[in-house]
Amino acid sequence: MADMPIAAPGPQTSSAAMIRTLGLVATVCGILLVLTYQGTLEAITANKRIALERAVFKVLPGAAGMREFYASPAGVVPAAGPVPEGAVKFYATYDKAGALTGVAAEAAAVGYADFVRILYAYDPARQVITGIGVVSHRETPGIGDKILTDKAFLANFAALDVRLAEDMKGLAHAVKTVKHGSKQSPWEIDAISGATVTSKAVGRGINDSAQRLLPLLVPNLDKLRSP
Amino acid sequence: MAIPGQKELTALENFMEGVWKQNPIFVMVLGMCPTLAVTVSAVNALAMGVATTFVLVCSALLVSLMRRIVPKEVRIATYIVIIATFVTIVDYLIAAISLALYEALGAFIQLIVVNCIILGRAEAHASKHPPAWAASNALGMGIGFAVALFALGAVREILGAGKLFGIALFGPDFQPWVVMVLPPGGFFVLGMWLLLFNWLRTRSPAAGAMKPVEGHGHG
Repeated sequence: MADMPIAAPGPQTSSAAMIRTLGLVATVCGILLVLTYQGTLEAITANKRIALERAVFKVLPGAAGMREFYASPAGVVPAAGPVPEGAVKFYATYDKAGALTGVAAEAAAVGYADFVRILYAYDPARQVITGIGVVSHRETPGIGDKILTDKAFLANFAALDVRLAEDMKGLAHAVKTVKHGSKQSPWEIDAISGATVTSKAVGRGINDSAQRLLPLLVPNLDKLRSP
Repeated sequence: MAIPGQKELTALENFMEGVWKQNPIFVMVLGMCPTLAVTVSAVNALAMGVATTFVLVCSALLVSLMRRIVPKEVRIATYIVIIATFVTIVDYLIAAISLALYEALGAFIQLIVVNCIILGRAEAHASKHPPAWAASNALGMGIGFAVALFALGAVREILGAGKLFGIALFGPDFQPWVVMVLPPGGFFVLGMWLLLFNWLRTRSPAAGAMKPVEGHGHG
């Protein structure tokens, strides 16, 4: 391109011709884009739905169905209409008979590189977190991404204590990530050695989300049981 | 390319130009941003290669079809609109085919817009050749790009994760060479491939005969 000869002064292209060409190109491209958007919209929505269901069923195995809800100071409503003020989205899963099996919600906090987004499963009967799954992360491969695979780390979430305090306004004990090997209480998360920043992000994300969601959710659990 | 005094290429030479003699990565060293960023696994590399090929061929075809009606004053604007359109289309298509792949490739699909291989082909080739000719050259370029990306992605995945296409190759005792899937690994592997490719090109007996056609330096 650099060696293109400079255009010799010739007859000027009329402005009308330029506008006509650009208009034509924009029209053709616009039509192509709209057609593709409409043609793929259904598949993309279905894909997102399937990906979400798969992620929720992974942290809450044994579920047969899933429904989305908003928890807000005004109560718990199915996530279909307008988003209530101060709402937190969560997912409730049911077994074949229609009984509530668990609740999952998303948590996010800044890790080493970007937001670490995870999904955690909450057992309303025992008031504990029973598992986590990573939704997306950009942590360092081989270091931060151990949160996906490290068995000792994942064992923290077999029964992580998230009981509400007496006044139902927050957790009785804030979820906290502690230095590797120093976990003492069931609400502490033992960090992965060498991946402390990412481990802390997971703990912080869960704490933030649980502190917001659970005080809104727990008083309304009956609404989930009889949908 | 229509450079005065240069002999006309045959149809096969026109197609093979991008695959071998003017390979966008190994010879022209263009489009390094996606090359280094998405080649952490063979699947990502192939998907990126296929997406870029699609955009290359479609935009070359459209640019070539419109070559007689586009005034030279607005040609770059026209090409960019055409390229951006096909990138958006491929963006939707990948999200519709596989959301996991879409998230793995991240912003690099949208960034195909600024891949200099595509604008370079539109300007230097498609705008001067008939549609079939332009599309076949673009297809060759796309294949050359995809093969080169795959060459990087496969090596980085094998060394950096001990896997190929997500299948473990070496058993549980293999300690992955993590640096290979990190950015420095991209440079290491690219450097090694460039070394190998240049050695192959210089030692092949046909290299001497091909000399006049190569190395115009565009992009």
